Amino acid sequence: MRHILAVLLENESGALARVVGLFAQRGYNIDSLTVAQTEDPTLSRLTLVTRGDDQVIEQITKQLHKLIEVVKVSDISESAHIERELMMVKVKASGEQREEIKRCADIFRGQIIDVSPTTYTVQIVGTSEKLEAFLEALAGSQILETVRTGVSGISRGEKALAL
Amino acid sequence: MNQKHQPEMLSGGAMVIRALRDQGVEYVYGYPGGAVLHIYDALFQQSEVKHVLVRHEQAATHMADAYARASGRAGVVLVTSGPGATNAVTGIATAYMDSIPMVVLCGQVMSHLIGDDAFQETDMLGISRPIVKHNLSVRRPEDIPAIIKKAFYIAESGRPGPVVVDIPKDMTMPNQKFPYEYPTEVKLRSYNPNSKGHPGQIKRALATLLSAKKPVLYAGGGVILGKASDELTELARRLNLPVTNTLMGLGAYPATDRQFIGMLGMHGSYEANQAMHHADVIFAVGARFDDRVTNATKKFCPNATIIHVDIDPASISKTITAHVPIVGLVKPVLQEMLNLLDKQADKASLDQAALEQWWQQISQWREVHGGRFEQRSDLLKPQAVIEAVWRHTKGDAYVTSDVGQHQMFAAQYYKFDKPNRWINSGGLGTMGFGLPAAMGVKLHYPAAEVVCVTGEGSIQMNIQELSTCKQYGLAVKVINLNNGYLGMVKQWQDMNYDSRYSSSYMDSLPDFVKLVEAYGHVGIRVTHPSELDAALEKAFSIKDKLVFLDIHVDPKEHVYPMQVPGGAMNEMFLSKTERT
Repeated sequence: MRHILAVLLENESGALARVVGLFAQRGYNIDSLTVAQTEDPTLSRLTLVTRGDDQVIEQITKQLHKLIEVVKVSDISESAHIERELMMVKVKASGEQREEIKRCADIFRGQIIDVSPTTYTVQIVGTSEKLEAFLEALAGSQILETVRTGVSGISRGEKALAL
Repeated sequence: MNQKHQPEMLSGGAMVIRALRDQGVEYVYGYPGGAVLHIYDALFQQSEVKHVLVRHEQAATHMADAYARASGRAGVVLVTSGPGATNAVTGIATAYMDSIPMVVLCGQVMSHLIGDDAFQETDMLGISRPIVKHNLSVRRPEDIPAIIKKAFYIAESGRPGPVVVDIPKDMTMPNQKFPYEYPTEVKLRSYNPNSKGHPGQIKRALATLLSAKKPVLYAGGGVILGKASDELTELARRLNLPVTNTLMGLGAYPATDRQFIGMLGMHGSYEANQAMHHADVIFAVGARFDDRVTNATKKFCPNATIIHVDIDPASISKTITAHVPIVGLVKPVLQEMLNLLDKQADKASLDQAALEQWWQQISQWREVHGGRFEQRSDLLKPQAVIEAVWRHTKGDAYVTSDVGQHQMFAAQYYKFDKPNRWINSGGLGTMGFGLPAAMGVKLHYPAAEVVCVTGEGSIQMNIQELSTCKQYGLAVKVINLNNGYLGMVKQWQDMNYDSRYSSSYMDSLPDFVKLVEAYGHVGIRVTHPSELDAALEKAFSIKDKLVFLDIHVDPKEHVYPMQVPGGAMNEMFLSKTERT
């Protein structure tokens, strides 16, 4: 099962290495990981997508809690939540292809954020599934490069992961 | 008139030592080197914190570790950067696996050189990360008191463990002084280790326990670390529960008590493993269901409802699902259970008829193996040696051990009646632990009898420490169960590899008696059973010298009982020819 863990940790050097090291040492999966400072500069917020059965996820959560610099952990995929990922795709775009790619980007509510005579760079925001669907839709085009941020997630409603 | 308090101005190096003093540290174990010379100079200029110079940094960590195991307080290590720090790694991992509080101060190259592959630079924060409870680095000299306070707080609270503090040399410059004040307390928003346990869960646990017909109290090292031996003993006696201890928990419940059914697990007693397997309620306290206890987890105790008390939530339901989990320090949880028993005096016992039957069953199991071993008049049996050591020390010694057959014999045949007396590397299984561990205990408890049970393989992993023993007059007694083989390796090769002794025969052993004499100690060789008592008597009558008994024991002996790999708790080999 895919789970999205949100982690608040002290914004200190080495804290991220401890989280990543924990996953490597104990053989847990990381599908994606994003991290940045929060509105409180002493805290970082990390969103981690992992896979495992209930027992594994429970262990991951407990082991994360054990790290001294981890302040809070929440499995946001346990209840209603929103997840977003941003992707930039550089794609070969010349001749008739240019119009086709533009249309495709519009359908996915993407934006063309860079243009050259032979390429477009498209920015897409959405769930990981949507991003993958867009790549499939581009299957006929020549993709030069993709870059994805990994998933960021937040709970719906008043539920908040904060101090 | 109020005088405004003026904090003393100290250099970073002096602050390290002053902070240790203010933390109440008496001894530091270590080895000097370039990156810690300022700290060593500060050590030299005072007399309250004493330093013990080991011969290899691994020994410093084991000394600190054993002091912690015997006293319950964090041991302190001081080593230099690079090789000094990496030599300490095995000892840090040993402490980590057994949840032992320890503070390891490591020198580091100058801040501006970090990352340049400077001389004696290693990334000790990176290297130690998987084997510490936490690690810290000093970036500003004025932070040193707060960082050291924090290190001790983290090491000693909650589930204890080692904490490494990385100190770049320029943080300790003698000519740069800063106001020194040692903090009285530490608060961390992300770390709150003191839990007394959920009252509702404690009630549920007690109700479950009182409903048992075949209960077993399974107590581990957490009871010793949590200083809860008295509470555990009282609860067990009030309810007449059979008690088994893990390798780490030996002494948590008195071994000579009639309710004690021995150690459990791979080399546990027949009756302990049978009782666990057939139990209907297992009350696990400060134990972690590790693989050397459970055998195959799928076949583990099929009928048992499991109550599990542990301060570390990650230990609960990690390998075996707990039906009644309690996250909390074992001492307040057990105290609360005793309080509840007081309040419900009328219904504060188990079904007595069922319990009586259960005890009868356990008595029958006790007859089956009963710790028997072959008695020989021509050959020294390692088990007989341990029994003799127990007699000669009246069961009251601190016993440290190395790792292997001798460790298991010591665990099985030395009956520990008190906590903190059995000091061994249970989790990591570190050969070379025993001698430095004995030294660490002897230094702090000079009047106590301290015995190191070892083998000719393990002792050679830190034998250089005989020199440290001489320097500090550490009169420990070394019981070297010399069978000429790496005994446990040989046992497995006998059982699984048709006795092909691949690299388990040590065919160039030193003359241990001459060797210890060269270090300035007393050596006695024992080769025949008739010599044993006299040799032990002599050894224990010499109070001011290290005595090394090189005891030649039966090289063919195996440790039994032994669980059948991949089986249930109660599937065991009972001797070379019998299995359940």
